[in-house]
Amino acid sequence: MIVAQRKKIPEIFNVIQEHKSVLVLGCGTCVTVCLAGGEREVSIISSALRIASRKAGKKIKVNEFTIERQCDNVFIEGAAEEIKKNDAVLSLGCGAGVQAIAERYPDTPVYAGLDTAFLGILESRGVWTEKCMQCGTCVLSDFGGICPITRCAKHMLNGPCGGSREDRCEIRADQPCAWQLIYKRLKNIDQLDKIAKEHPIKDWSKSIDGGSRTIIREDHRI
Amino acid sequence: MMSDKTFEPKIIAFCCHYCAYASADLAGSMRLQYPTGVRIIRTPCTGRLEVEYYMRAFENGADGVLVAGCLEGGCHFIEGNLLAKKRVSAIRDILQESGIEKERLRMVNISAAMATNLAAVINEMVNIIKELGPNPIRKINNGPDIEFKEFETLNSQK
Repeated sequence: MIVAQRKKIPEIFNVIQEHKSVLVLGCGTCVTVCLAGGEREVSIISSALRIASRKAGKKIKVNEFTIERQCDNVFIEGAAEEIKKNDAVLSLGCGAGVQAIAERYPDTPVYAGLDTAFLGILESRGVWTEKCMQCGTCVLSDFGGICPITRCAKHMLNGPCGGSREDRCEIRADQPCAWQLIYKRLKNIDQLDKIAKEHPIKDWSKSIDGGSRTIIREDHRI
Repeated sequence: MMSDKTFEPKIIAFCCHYCAYASADLAGSMRLQYPTGVRIIRTPCTGRLEVEYYMRAFENGADGVLVAGCLEGGCHFIEGNLLAKKRVSAIRDILQESGIEKERLRMVNISAAMATNLAAVINEMVNIIKELGPNPIRKINNGPDIEFKEFETLNSQK
């Protein structure tokens, strides 16, 4: 899931303050699960913005609405009426959601209320961790399901670096050494021979470095 | 901030049924005095309180919000008050960012027998808010002023 966190209220207020009415638009998918941009967060952030607006002596109308998914045109249509009623949209979706809304409403200013952080999982209640950086060529099968690209601070395909101390990464002591995890995991599943395999230089052109990516499935196109 | 001597803060006090509300009841039986601008709202547990309630209270002009739960370790629902404590702390940050002093939202732990403590906490809160002055959004552009209706009025509206 995509993990995001809310921007600070002054930062959001700063971008919306010139408008007379703003629609705070939530998204019911990833950002709801990571407690950043769902219906509840829409309510809290809207309240905070109304307070900030009044405090600044302005009368900005802050309206609330949440759709199931901001990155999907079918669901965006459901917000069409609400969007038209307002001067601007503050999207509490991820970066994809904000852009999807902006593309669909070329005449309406669309602002981001969240900082989209990473692709990760819910580790425990209130804790999310990054697991994938979408490099475009997945190597998880070679590493027992633990990603050295994302979880090793040096993105090493041929590790370990030798700098870890007591299972901890030398760059950040609060993180486990990914290569230590890979070693343990491969040993557990009896595939330790894989750790000796040499990996050639990674093709980063499949990653974001080659510009934003598009996937076309001809078999599904209409 | 200048303190206005005639200013009587309007405070919403969310009190949990099992401890703080019972202590407010006891405070009544003991004829303890606390300012009249405090409205007590009974809640099953402070852990039940949605954080939106705090935001809405301030948005509608409350000068302060007091969240009173059981003593830590003494929650009827085991950890509701501990959850509330964390939520109050998070909302204090959002309030501060929005321009409302975070001291206006406060959580306290009161057992059912601590009526005198409850009255003391309320008085303390009232004094803090008197120092801070009215909710800042009330003073600007004829901002909202929360209305405390008597129970009779509320009932007659149903």
